[in-house]
Amino acid sequence: MTDEPGTDGDVILRAVDIVQTYGVTRALKGVNFEVRRGKVTVLFGENGAGKSTLMKIMSGVEQPTSGHLELDGEVVELESTTHAVDLGISIIHQELNLCPNLNVRDNMFVGRELRTVRGSVDFAAERAVAREVMERLEGAIDPLTLVANLRLGQQQVVEIARALSTKARILIMDEPTSALSAAEVAVLFRVIRELTAQGVAIVYISHHLEEAIEIADYAVVFRDGELVASEDAANISPSWVISKMVGKEAEHDFSGHPREHGDVILELENLRVVDPNSGRVAVQDMNLQLKTGEIVCLYGPMGAGRTELLEALAGRQPIASGKVLLNGTDITGRSIKDRIATGIGLVPEDRQRDGLVQMMTVGKNLSLPSLLSFVKRAFVSRSSEAKDIDWAIKEVRVKTSGPGAPITSLSGGNQQKVVIGKMLMTKPQVLLLDEPTRGIDVGAKAEVFSLLFKAAESGLAVLYATSEIGEAMTSSHRVIVMNRGRVMREFDPLHAERDEVTAASDQLDPQALDSGVVQ
Amino acid sequence: MSPTETTAAPRGRKLNLNALMVEGRALVALVIIVAVFSALSPNFLNPDNLILMTRHVALNAILAIGMLLVILNGGIDLSVGSSVGLSGVVAGYLLQGANVPGTDQVAYPPVWVVIIIALMVGCLVGWLNGVLVAYLNVAPFIATLGMLYVARGLALLITNGETFTRLSGDKELGNTGFLTVLASDPFGIPFPVWVMVVFALIFSVILNKTPFGRWLYATGGNERAAELSGVPIKRIKVTIYLLAGMCAATVGLLLTADLPAATPKGGELYELNAIAAVVIGGAALSGGRGTIRGTMIGAFVIGFLVDGLVLVGVSVFWQQVVKGAVIILAVAVDQIQQSIQKSRAIRTAAALPPTTDAPTEEMVGV
Repeated sequence: MTDEPGTDGDVILRAVDIVQTYGVTRALKGVNFEVRRGKVTVLFGENGAGKSTLMKIMSGVEQPTSGHLELDGEVVELESTTHAVDLGISIIHQELNLCPNLNVRDNMFVGRELRTVRGSVDFAAERAVAREVMERLEGAIDPLTLVANLRLGQQQVVEIARALSTKARILIMDEPTSALSAAEVAVLFRVIRELTAQGVAIVYISHHLEEAIEIADYAVVFRDGELVASEDAANISPSWVISKMVGKEAEHDFSGHPREHGDVILELENLRVVDPNSGRVAVQDMNLQLKTGEIVCLYGPMGAGRTELLEALAGRQPIASGKVLLNGTDITGRSIKDRIATGIGLVPEDRQRDGLVQMMTVGKNLSLPSLLSFVKRAFVSRSSEAKDIDWAIKEVRVKTSGPGAPITSLSGGNQQKVVIGKMLMTKPQVLLLDEPTRGIDVGAKAEVFSLLFKAAESGLAVLYATSEIGEAMTSSHRVIVMNRGRVMREFDPLHAERDEVTAASDQLDPQALDSGVVQ
Repeated sequence: MSPTETTAAPRGRKLNLNALMVEGRALVALVIIVAVFSALSPNFLNPDNLILMTRHVALNAILAIGMLLVILNGGIDLSVGSSVGLSGVVAGYLLQGANVPGTDQVAYPPVWVVIIIALMVGCLVGWLNGVLVAYLNVAPFIATLGMLYVARGLALLITNGETFTRLSGDKELGNTGFLTVLASDPFGIPFPVWVMVVFALIFSVILNKTPFGRWLYATGGNERAAELSGVPIKRIKVTIYLLAGMCAATVGLLLTADLPAATPKGGELYELNAIAAVVIGGAALSGGRGTIRGTMIGAFVIGFLVDGLVLVGVSVFWQQVVKGAVIILAVAVDQIQQSIQKSRAIRTAAALPPTTDAPTEEMVGV
């Protein structure tokens, strides 16, 4: 990769006394940080701890209020992201920045196309470079494949390939695994190891503690804009990281929570969901009963059919066959609006795309699904609306300056609480949540589940999907393992081992293949 | 009445300032226009001239109110100008006497029936737009572009290209009153101006006080999130296009009474003036942002500008150039303001991951 002389472990990029202030907020309070050649440095910290701000400074998105960066021992000022890329610093954002309508090669070179002598794009040369980079990544992705046809994990590889084709020496990865399956994570980690062996320095941000510790050479922890701990990865554990992040031990485990369940509230009978775009059977004839006060987890890898199932229950995706009964009422063909009124609602996986109206305030986002309940003589009653909004803000403990604050001013965890709160305001009987803790910090994760368990105590039935085994085991009364649209097995998290559950999700059911799940 | 200023909170006030700035820009433009033209022409601020100009503004403002609804949803309605022509022609046809099909009799419906039928024609055109957009997933630009031609063509077919001028009706037939009411001046103010005021008030209340209004802003802001929140997004689409058609028919009636003549060419290119008024008034073409108040100011900016240019004797050709430049300037300033706001928002929400990057922007140039 790099022809620079140097030994692994040498500091190539150093951030010195970085202070970053936004108005009165001090996002970084004098941070010193080092990036080492051929090593993976993992950043831990809750949302708002300053990780992202530091990464923005290191990748040229922002300039620090004071302090400076040293690249190879020399002071540099990164004027822009392009400048940073020229110096060998690339960043891969959590949200992938690819054009799905273009192929892999075009995505890799968009904006910096190789030219022939005559000035036209040199597609052959681009393709050759793309091939070469892909080979280094051991990714068997044809450069002419349309990005839209790639799985998320493969798209991630394309992002990495793009960064590598710019001769990146420092690669910053922001939550690279948040959308990947366990198998895809393994591939990514192998790629990272290959890159470090070639001398590339990796800066890695993740909320998946165990995963991040696995890949780390060095770990640093941020809290409230300060770098509070820095340690060799060999000496750290998840509980160490958490204690440094929140300043105290904060392991949560709700599996021992009282579990008194009432009557069956939601019933699925031979439910089949077909992906309308591909015609693939996403959920295969599923039967499930959910009782009041019960918290059930759908665990499984990407493509297991969890999202499709939840969306079909909420009314977003059509149900191909079978029935859904809510409290005895058949809601199979009903609209989303009707289902919410009957008492079932979905907290979607992607809160930016499906959960929030970014132009609206916290309060208006909260009251959107329950707006009709505030109507008095054709008009929305401001006072009863405000009353319920205040209730929700307290109930789900949203940290905000008030209901009039823009929704974009909240941290990811608090935005998620708003999405949950707005569904709780509809007084549901069944709450569906898809990856409820995606991209939020450890403290907020515990808060999300504690409020779900609190709601369950008063009779709410909860069905949530996750791909994190820890979350499945510590935060549910029952774990349903799915794979390829089928229920593989069911576990009681109190009487099962994690290995057993993950193994069940990886298992290939020969019966399932025979009966044509994959068409 | 701005949708952003309803919840009183410390942070909410800051947002209001931004909203005020967006509208303030249009207001500043209006003040400048008034100042410049009153300096150039002593007649500009003459009450008679002000009333005349406001009368011209009214038609565009009513159309712009309907357009605002569609634009708030993230759509566009290019057919409203044609709807103006079609509904005007239908009214004219009925007032002159309509042949009852299959007989040689001629029907002279009373004026209130004429008005209702004309309004229904506008609603029907709008409803068709809405169904095409909401249920057949035709892009709004295409659906309403098609309807622009269809409606205009129908107007020409009905009149055979002629213009109806006998609109006053006949006492003996009992169909008088069209002109005497629609072209009247109650309390010295032209009837269209009253209609504009009433429409502005009603739609302002609808947008700010009813669930429908909130839903409309939500669908324009993030349709997927609105849908999952149980907002009936398809019904809302049909409704707004229908209302836009209704506004267009209203303008068709007022225009016909104003001329007084029902011409199939009536309302040509009106849709563009309406879009301009909405945009100058601070609405985002991507949806979710915009107010009735801003739109009204936008309509006054356009109307006063055009009439002012006529008054000071600027040539017709230059009028077009100036008008175009003002529209572009208004939107350019809006974009600059927005990017300033955005970078501010990014700073305050430093913890959030960045969402845009160079590649997508550069794709636009490819």
